[in-house]
Amino acid sequence: MAKIKMKKKSTSTDMTAMCDVAFLLLTFFILTATAKTPEVLPVDTPQSTVQTKLPPDNLSMLTIGKVDGKTVVFFDLKGKDVRKKALEFMGDKYNVAFTEKESEEFGLMESFGVPIQNLKEILNMKAADRSKAGQTGIPKDSLDNQLKDWVLYSRKANIEVNNKELNFAIKGDAKEQYPAIKQVMDLLQDQKVNSFNLVTGLRGKNF
Amino acid sequence: MAELNTDSGGGKKGGGKVRSKKQNSKVDLTAMVDLAFLLITFFMLTTTLSKPQSMDLTLPDKEDKTEPQKDIKVDENKTLTLLLGENGKLVRYMGMLETPIAAPKDFSYGKDGIRKELITRMEQVKQYSTAKGEPGKGMIVIIKPSKKSTYRNLVDVLDEMAIVGVNKTGSYAIVNEFTPGEVKLLEGK
Repeated sequence: MAKIKMKKKSTSTDMTAMCDVAFLLLTFFILTATAKTPEVLPVDTPQSTVQTKLPPDNLSMLTIGKVDGKTVVFFDLKGKDVRKKALEFMGDKYNVAFTEKESEEFGLMESFGVPIQNLKEILNMKAADRSKAGQTGIPKDSLDNQLKDWVLYSRKANIEVNNKELNFAIKGDAKEQYPAIKQVMDLLQDQKVNSFNLVTGLRGKNF
Repeated sequence: MAELNTDSGGGKKGGGKVRSKKQNSKVDLTAMVDLAFLLITFFMLTTTLSKPQSMDLTLPDKEDKTEPQKDIKVDENKTLTLLLGENGKLVRYMGMLETPIAAPKDFSYGKDGIRKELITRMEQVKQYSTAKGEPGKGMIVIIKPSKKSTYRNLVDVLDEMAIVGVNKTGSYAIVNEFTPGEVKLLEGK
């Protein structure tokens, strides 16, 4: 009797196509990912179970944290053009002239926390040095309320550039006492911004 | 599979032709694909997870002090006040402080503390409202964060409101004014 010979199948598959797809996806994700820049003012946000995501644009973030035991507020605004416009308004208001290069640099920068008079120094630093520069927060007392102007002019700038109302997010340190948060909320409410987001971390299921 | 060609082309004997061995053009891509997918997973997770979460908060308009204030009558049976104090102190009372429906009591944050209380109180208010013939009206929670409470306390309480779902039937509000009685209550002990 003739034996039926089973053809031995090769175990190795052709991975070329799979490899192509994998690398295509990889390229896509690398390009769409935005590099996380180190935070200038690291804060420990409180946790919540609410899972609303922050809007990616038309957003301004007010970070409330502590530097050397003092409560400071840092300001951040999304969108390069909006930032440049806001800086222009602020420069006019406080008579600080920014060069084209500085304005460009400001457009690419993350959050900052210095009085506008010292903003130039920060802009001329390297990105890595900014977090070590010892930024002291944006003045927000009644004598020199620059934070209020930043909020006001960024809203103006956002309406001019994007034709949309700017959203505000408050990113407060969990250990910060309520009056510090309230001061910022009051500042926003003085400008009839009554709705804002509180940035929180994800809480475990067991709460 | 990628193999090293150890065969040194020439033979030992004779002056035969030096024949180069035909090389296998296939390369094993398994490791490469593994690596690629690992990186894909990494980038996918980091891009979607890095977006911070947030919690919506809408506060009422700040009313002008010049306008005569209109008092809105609120049923004391439906109001629950939460006082946030120092070091995670949380006091709740129901109704008015002078004549409380439920006397002031300390609670802890989390599911075994204030949440149970909120849920039972909500149920009571629901029954009360139904008995009165207006089943739609739920509990009103007044949150009073004191000057010594932290931001974490406030977010915890707001989170609790979201979990319990106070907003579905009733409402909650953040109030900053303290009566002397409430101050005493927080400082007590």
